[in-house]
Amino acid sequence: MAFIEARNIEKVYSDGTRALRGVSLDIEKGEFVAIMGSSGSGKSTLLHTLGFLDSYTSGSYSFGDREIKDYSEAEVARIRNKRIGFVFQMFNLLQRASVLENVKLPLAYSGIREPLRSKLALEAIESVGLGHRKDFDVAVLSGGEKQRVAIARAIVNDPDVIFADEPTGNLDSGSGKAVMDIFDKMNKERRDRIIVLITHETNTARYAERIIKMGDGKIIDDYVVKDRISGQEEYIK
Amino acid sequence: MSFFDIFKTAVWGLKANKVRTFLTMLGILIGITAIMLISSLGGNTEKIIVGELGGLGAETIVIRPGKEPSGPNEFADVLLSDSLKEREFEEILKKSKVPGIVSATPEVFLSASASYGSETFKPTILGISAEFMSDSLNLTLEKGRLYDDREIRSKAAVAVIGSRVEKELFGAEDGIGKNIQIKGKKFRVIGVYEPKGQVVFFNVDDLLILPYTTAQLYLTGDKHYTQIIAKAANADIIDRVVFDIEQTLRELHNISDPSKDDFHVQTQQGVVEQVGKILGAFTAFLSLVVAVALVVGGIGIMNVMLVSVTERTKEIGLRKAVGATKTDILLQFLIEAVLLTAIGGTVGVVLGALLSFGASFAVGRFLGASASFSFPVFAALLGIGSSIIVGLVFGIYPARKAASKSPIEALRYE
Repeated sequence: MAFIEARNIEKVYSDGTRALRGVSLDIEKGEFVAIMGSSGSGKSTLLHTLGFLDSYTSGSYSFGDREIKDYSEAEVARIRNKRIGFVFQMFNLLQRASVLENVKLPLAYSGIREPLRSKLALEAIESVGLGHRKDFDVAVLSGGEKQRVAIARAIVNDPDVIFADEPTGNLDSGSGKAVMDIFDKMNKERRDRIIVLITHETNTARYAERIIKMGDGKIIDDYVVKDRISGQEEYIK
Repeated sequence: MSFFDIFKTAVWGLKANKVRTFLTMLGILIGITAIMLISSLGGNTEKIIVGELGGLGAETIVIRPGKEPSGPNEFADVLLSDSLKEREFEEILKKSKVPGIVSATPEVFLSASASYGSETFKPTILGISAEFMSDSLNLTLEKGRLYDDREIRSKAAVAVIGSRVEKELFGAEDGIGKNIQIKGKKFRVIGVYEPKGQVVFFNVDDLLILPYTTAQLYLTGDKHYTQIIAKAANADIIDRVVFDIEQTLRELHNISDPSKDDFHVQTQQGVVEQVGKILGAFTAFLSLVVAVALVVGGIGIMNVMLVSVTERTKEIGLRKAVGATKTDILLQFLIEAVLLTAIGGTVGVVLGALLSFGASFAVGRFLGASASFSFPVFAALLGIGSSIIVGLVFGIYPARKAASKSPIEALRYE
């Protein structure tokens, strides 16, 4: 059984818009997946649904070994806290707070006490190369640095899955490459962690081992990349 | 998340917008300051009045002419009525009629200036028994003597004065034996009281007393008294004595229906109860005003918290995305609201206590009343308690609104 199993997921918004139309996919532990598609293709809705941020209208979705509908609200919050890390396009950092305070946030919701909380947060901050900026207010950081803080926050609880929603969408090419290099390093260092990212940039998608292309709320292409540098496709899943 | 972490988060939320936090808690702060002031000053005022009346003694009975006034427009009755004269006084003194009385005196109050040479002063002038006055108020003479019953009967033109009256009229000279003039009539000063200050509505130092018979003859020209003051043998028989006095006067005035009484009898207990009732009603009214102020303050807090929840929608979405439960978010915003009101309430208690202390000090310093400040513990607890309740009641709706937000909708909020 795959770690993430979605079957015939439908998402219909209250205004009648069908954002997802019978999406089915499996993601195994350790996969680095890029979901691509044009605006309105349903890729963000799919990511938010898989990340327990949004609900689906019909179908079934198993995370780990359980159907999502079996989880209570408190368990869903616990999964978002312990087993999932999010990276958003707009960073979504706590304003008027330091780098360290931002990265400590998920640990606070995990009930991890000081001094372990600070120790784990510092390790995460150092792993994204921001140890020298730990006490800086996030407002003074560059876009690339802010996204690295968001990545540190996403990995601080050592989650099973990282969902990244257009992580380079708000960055210049240099900063975007630095951010993607971090994802690449994370993927190589911890082979059992899933990374799912949304992007519409081919250069960014090239870091992934598997590409899922979406259009009109459906998966229209799904393949593993044999050679990530040349982008040569191996087979459709 | 531990309660301590949620508390720290709430404090962080409040510190993020200090000016708004201060302005929001101002409403509660003013309300609680008002509660403290009302309780402290109300309690102190009652203490002052009861203390002043208590100075007369619980066994004191005052008989006044006219029907008991039930409103301001009926006070004229008391002033114009001439129902208490020598005949009534003598009747009350009869052991066969009112056996419980041990002493009594008529009192004639008048307003006039006293002069000596070129000096003029307006003392508080009372025609009264000097012995009764001195015993009742525990006054002692600095020099000279009091006038006696013989001088009252003979309508002697003599006076006993307070220390300030002597100083104002005679300066450094000794006033004993000198003649002062009131309404053109000369009165010989035969005694001077020791300085004592304020006692039962009078400043003893400003007092000039003379035989009531003399005051009637030379100063008022009337036959009637302002009031008659009597002392019962003890406070336990006061109701019986009041009954006897009322019966005696009704008999004398041929009154069968008590509602037609042309006099009224007051005991100190009755006056204290009346004052307590008036102050109680006043305090209740002000408390109602304060309660309304607290509700208005609470609505202000709810309003600001709702704005804050809307402004921080993205933050709520982020917190939920990294693992906050509904309870975490609810508690965070609820604690923010309660902290706002609790801090406002606590500052209000301190401020109210300081203002009450200042007011008590001013009353003591400038009005000469013996107002001692006492910290109203009950009002302080009530103030802080009610501010916390206001925070809980008016903070729950915004907090629930924050907690119920969908994480993705909150993250998408612009």
